[in-house]
Amino acid sequence: MKEYTMRDYFYSLAEELTRCCAGSEVLLMNLSGEDSDFARFNKSLVRQAGTVTQRYLSLELIDGDRHATETFVLTGQKDNDLARANEVLTNLREQLPLTPPDPYLLYATEVNDTEQISDNRLGSTEDCLAAILQAGQGKDLVGIFAQGSQFAGFANSLGQRNWFDSHSFHFEWCFYAKNAPGDKAVKTGFAGFEWSDEDFARKVDDATKQLAILAQPAKTIDPGAYRVYLAPTALAEFVGLLAWGGFGVKSHRTKTTPLLKMIESDATMHESVNLSENTREGLAPNFTAAGFVKPDAVELIRAGRYGDCLVSPRSAKEYNQPVSAGSEAPQSLDLAAGRLADDDILSTLGEGIYANQLWYLNYSDMPAGRITGMTRFATFWVEGGKIVAPLNVMRFDETVFNALGTNLLALTERRDFLPSSETYEHRSVNSSRMPGAVIDDFRFTL
Amino acid sequence: MSETLQAMLRSAIPAVDFCSMRYQRSRDELLTVRQNVPEPVRRYDDAGVMVTICHDGGLGYAATCDLTPSGLTEAVRRAKRFAAMTARKGVTDFGAIAMPAPQGEYVGPEEIPWASVSLGEKFDRLRKAAARLKIDDRIVDWETSFWHTDAESLYITGNGGCVRQQMNYFAPAMSVTANQGSQTQTRTLGSLRGQCKQGGMEVLEMCQFKHAPRQLAEEALALLQADDCPTGTMPLLLASDQMMLQIHESIGHPLELDRILGDERNYAGTSFVTPEMFGTYPYGSKLLNVTFDPTRPEQFASYGYDDEGATAKKEFVIQDGILRRGLGGVISQARGGIPGVANGRACSWNRPPIDRMANLNVEPGDATLAEMIAQVERGVYMKTNKSWSIDDSRNKFQFGCEYAELIENGKLTKVVKNPNYRGLSATFWRSLKAVGKKETVGVFGTPYCGKGEPNQCIRVGHASPACLFDNVDIFGGA
Repeated sequence: MKEYTMRDYFYSLAEELTRCCAGSEVLLMNLSGEDSDFARFNKSLVRQAGTVTQRYLSLELIDGDRHATETFVLTGQKDNDLARANEVLTNLREQLPLTPPDPYLLYATEVNDTEQISDNRLGSTEDCLAAILQAGQGKDLVGIFAQGSQFAGFANSLGQRNWFDSHSFHFEWCFYAKNAPGDKAVKTGFAGFEWSDEDFARKVDDATKQLAILAQPAKTIDPGAYRVYLAPTALAEFVGLLAWGGFGVKSHRTKTTPLLKMIESDATMHESVNLSENTREGLAPNFTAAGFVKPDAVELIRAGRYGDCLVSPRSAKEYNQPVSAGSEAPQSLDLAAGRLADDDILSTLGEGIYANQLWYLNYSDMPAGRITGMTRFATFWVEGGKIVAPLNVMRFDETVFNALGTNLLALTERRDFLPSSETYEHRSVNSSRMPGAVIDDFRFTL
Repeated sequence: MSETLQAMLRSAIPAVDFCSMRYQRSRDELLTVRQNVPEPVRRYDDAGVMVTICHDGGLGYAATCDLTPSGLTEAVRRAKRFAAMTARKGVTDFGAIAMPAPQGEYVGPEEIPWASVSLGEKFDRLRKAAARLKIDDRIVDWETSFWHTDAESLYITGNGGCVRQQMNYFAPAMSVTANQGSQTQTRTLGSLRGQCKQGGMEVLEMCQFKHAPRQLAEEALALLQADDCPTGTMPLLLASDQMMLQIHESIGHPLELDRILGDERNYAGTSFVTPEMFGTYPYGSKLLNVTFDPTRPEQFASYGYDDEGATAKKEFVIQDGILRRGLGGVISQARGGIPGVANGRACSWNRPPIDRMANLNVEPGDATLAEMIAQVERGVYMKTNKSWSIDDSRNKFQFGCEYAELIENGKLTKVVKNPNYRGLSATFWRSLKAVGKKETVGVFGTPYCGKGEPNQCIRVGHASPACLFDNVDIFGGA
């Protein structure tokens, strides 16, 4: 594929394949792929390192109210790929009469071209590995480095073209406290579009300082209600769980949302809670697989009250709503900042728990919005407005309406931008922008 | 799988200390009927090759979907580059590990081939089952679906290994949601595709797909009227579709050797189990017998060889309550000096193998379900996993189920909703009081076990009888 950029390659495939549509047929094409390097580390050494090249093309053939989709891999060799695509197209055409009509089929019919293109400013993987191994010397470093190019494209036989590419790195790692039991570690994320040795050194330095506190004897607390500070990474986990069924119009109409009480019994969150799907400032493509361009933002929670739902094309048809999303799970969650200054976090907390991370959250009573999960990594006990000891892991079990409602004392004025480090099937393009939160009477159970 | 492909892979193997080529292809078909409306058919045809090279003690991999000769040549070049990049910087000297050179073939079961039944008939079965779920106006959502995967793989090594494997995975699903005001309850067929198995259309008979809808719908409605599960420390009887989750989270994950060796500490977590525990540690009561068994054909994660070339065989992991061996493949066994199993597995061609639990089963005991219920003065019988959460050492857990019944004076007395329980893995299994006979065994699994960096979502299987535990911290909803 040396003579093409991926965008040009995709568009050239689109030109040829959309020409094959006959009669009332409409063809939708979605490309996704990446060229990514990965290296995972344990005890400041390399466990596994390698590279992945993957490209998937999805063809959806529509005729009237019938449609069928197949996704397959592209080799990057045009003759091979065109032959395979034509074979798939022929299969789809044969299947269409056997496919049941779909009353909820909806795709974009207005042509709306968009392009999100970025420069590739990534450094060499060799240099990044060397810097990481250097940072791990004398320490217990464990984590994952990933970098490379990602791309997504949409084309249809109506003439629409959309393109997204991104060239980014993400190093997420822990420094473990030596000779300390359990998970006494400082977890740090370092992500961006251009590796900076200076920025990395600063992150390493900050983590090293926190590590010194973790070497102190750990405290164990009894189950009970405590005041907590959830750092932005911890709050992102808590709010992020709501992404699982919380904001889609389908989950609202089928009464399966964990925010059911906001619909059925006027439950509210604190008036300072303003939560949105902020596509404009996120990292994900701004177009959907059906060719719709997403709105810049959807206000999900407005001043503590339920705002708008995310609506996929399918739900849009089913529930007669405008399309506002590809799937109904947010990809770029944005919680508005509060007024608490960083310098006032510990004094506002007074006595309680300072949690940098939460882990393994799930619903213990979904219709009631009740969530359980664990503290993890650098979690501290605070007394008199000062960190006094690392804390052994604790399980919490608390409702979203208490934590972000009646018991929410403050949100911080500083927010962190948190690109997702997930790599299931592909490197995630999700992200969140979160403040920290001080919450009273947060219930711990085990 | 063509001989041409095999020859092409073989000819691409370079002169290095060790090289493996793992080709995997999976063809998936997903059919869904929601609220009696068929959703569009989704088909996926995914194929690629993972090249792994060990040289001068380093290990590098390169995965590509470009299966042309030039694509393979480029992948080999990249894998060599990563092997060189990591030489003398690895967690072990990978060149010192004797990698298997397996020869063989494994074909999983398929009595009634997926392809032998027309698309129309498949949708017809889904439609009929879906229609039987809508028995009341309070049923607000209902859905049935089939997810079938036709998977094949070819594993070739530079030291003479050659293995072909072919499996059919079938994961049917069914869910029904009932609502009244701010109360919503959902019942499913064995949780999130928990009825997944290897095989063809015969899997539908194994999981009672035709007859399950009415009972599930009635149970969802009954839950709307039920009291909350009581709170207290009391006996807990778990059905096999919750035992699946209990085994998975509090035995399977803590025994994975890569966790014990620290590989997963940044993501999936570590383990409360330490290397010196193997051979002596009383993991559970003497009634607890747990096997790693990739040889039970119908189970979801059965295979003949793992993705590091080790031959699969059944092993006791816990025997009479004592921890015997870990869940780690060839590389982890060599790194840790701990006995393991053939479980170096990758979710697809684009991820390297890591330690996964595959099929992990509790062996049946000698109690009937009625006998276990009769032992309980006041306790709870829970079915079907709904919620799962456990700490990064795999110790402090909290699990929830869809459906429960109160046991009073040796009898099931009434339905209770929102059942949850919590405990510590390190002590929970020691409270195992009775193990059900083989008649109580259910064969379950999940396609959604997540772990690894880069992340991998893989198939696992769990067969278990119903089991009775003493003194469990049980509670209900908000």
